[in-house]
Amino acid sequence: MPRELHIPLMDEDILNLKVGETVRLSGVIVTARDAAHRWLVENIIHPRKPVSPEEQAIVDDLKRLLQHGVVYHCGPVVTGVETGDYRVTAAGPTTSIREEPYQAEVMRFFHLKGMIGKGGMGPTTLTACQAEPAVYFHAVGGASAVIAQTIQQVMRVHKLDFGVPEALWVWRVSQLPVIVTMDAHGASLHEQVRDRSRQALESLVIINRND
Amino acid sequence: MKTDLVAELCELIHLTSTDLPLAVEGKIRAAADSEVPGSAALQALETILENIRLARQNSTPICQDTGTPTFYVHYPRGVEPAAVTRQIHRAVELATAQGTLRPNAVHALTGINTGSNLGDDYFPLIHFTPTADECLSIDLLLKGGGCENVSAQYSLPDLSLNAARDLDGVRKVVLDAVHQAQGYGCAPGFLGVALGGDRAAGYSAAKEVLLSALDEPNSDETLSQLEKGLTQDANQLGIGPMGFGGKTTLLGTRITALHRLPASFFVTVCYMCWAYRRRRLTVSGGQVRYE
Repeated sequence: MPRELHIPLMDEDILNLKVGETVRLSGVIVTARDAAHRWLVENIIHPRKPVSPEEQAIVDDLKRLLQHGVVYHCGPVVTGVETGDYRVTAAGPTTSIREEPYQAEVMRFFHLKGMIGKGGMGPTTLTACQAEPAVYFHAVGGASAVIAQTIQQVMRVHKLDFGVPEALWVWRVSQLPVIVTMDAHGASLHEQVRDRSRQALESLVIINRND
Repeated sequence: MKTDLVAELCELIHLTSTDLPLAVEGKIRAAADSEVPGSAALQALETILENIRLARQNSTPICQDTGTPTFYVHYPRGVEPAAVTRQIHRAVELATAQGTLRPNAVHALTGINTGSNLGDDYFPLIHFTPTADECLSIDLLLKGGGCENVSAQYSLPDLSLNAARDLDGVRKVVLDAVHQAQGYGCAPGFLGVALGGDRAAGYSAAKEVLLSALDEPNSDETLSQLEKGLTQDANQLGIGPMGFGGKTTLLGTRITALHRLPASFFVTVCYMCWAYRRRRLTVSGGQVRYE
């Protein structure tokens, strides 16, 4: 049976999770992908110019939402953008590794307990997962309709000027299905599968290397 | 010949984005039967099958990343490519406003999203080929960025993989591409492979070969064997659905061979995710057909 977890997450919840475990997540999540991560690190966490009052208000809201919270690497399809009557019709994960240069700093800044995405992340994020502690939740790539159905409410959106896919959408979700693929104890399913498949590849093709 | 096709093109886009071809779904269902009960691999495939059902039922996109809408138009005498282009642009704009397509056209320098899915001459992408047939056919392929990012091109010989200019060399680099892709391309995927060509033709043909029928054998016996062998070998890698580990890494391979220069031997691998969204609109006289 999947484990049911509610956001904000407790350290105890996180430390109990192991790679391979199925989880249903409920609570408030915020989407953040390439433009958002870069903006957070370059304009907010290490600002080169003063943070504007508008940006500060967004950051204050995000701090409330993300304290022990979860970001979702996702660029959704949303209708009603002109009227503000938002409806999310497709909301699968995007490839997370592109946020690897930023993720650890964003985790520390907001005290995140998790990221949802696909494909897994690299060693810097894995180390940060142990330090925080936090975990990486893998959603099924392309499962747009299944995940859109778990969204109970579109609460608001920040930085819509980034465009619909790159904006920071704030959603209340119920029972979003994910699998833990990087835990707070240093284990990464992605590293395990990569290593095993490398061995399989070598036995299939490079076994007849002459050297 | 019907001339205003905006409504039909909207329907083509809608079908492609929301209703996965049954042949693709069948492959995924067969893969699910082979995975171990309780495994992450099987859970991923079950979620995918549920997603396909829900998207069809609710008329919503199968995947949020609707890619660069890519059209292949075969047009008979009397049909003006410029007119078809205008109608495709209009249909793309409408489908985007309706939430069938995600606005994906982002300026390379400013990062500004046009919001309409209309960018420049390459976005949406439209290929025109004249045909001697009476009918107009328009294929649409929707392929997201995750799998596009793991497509790859190799130049044989490839010393690092000990891959020579022969079929064994082709096999080595294609399997390397599958290994490099891991789960990033939303495995289990499909491969379009082009042998030969120049670099641009290789990428173009590797994508276009994905339009061929899934279960129709390759007319070239050598390529047909290579297709089967590559799919089988890739499934020995254990990458599995989403890269979770498992038996199903690839659902199929299609290969095309192009003439090449004496000096060049490119092998181009186009990785298509499980959400292999493609549909065809055919217009013949007043008759309109969707496949």
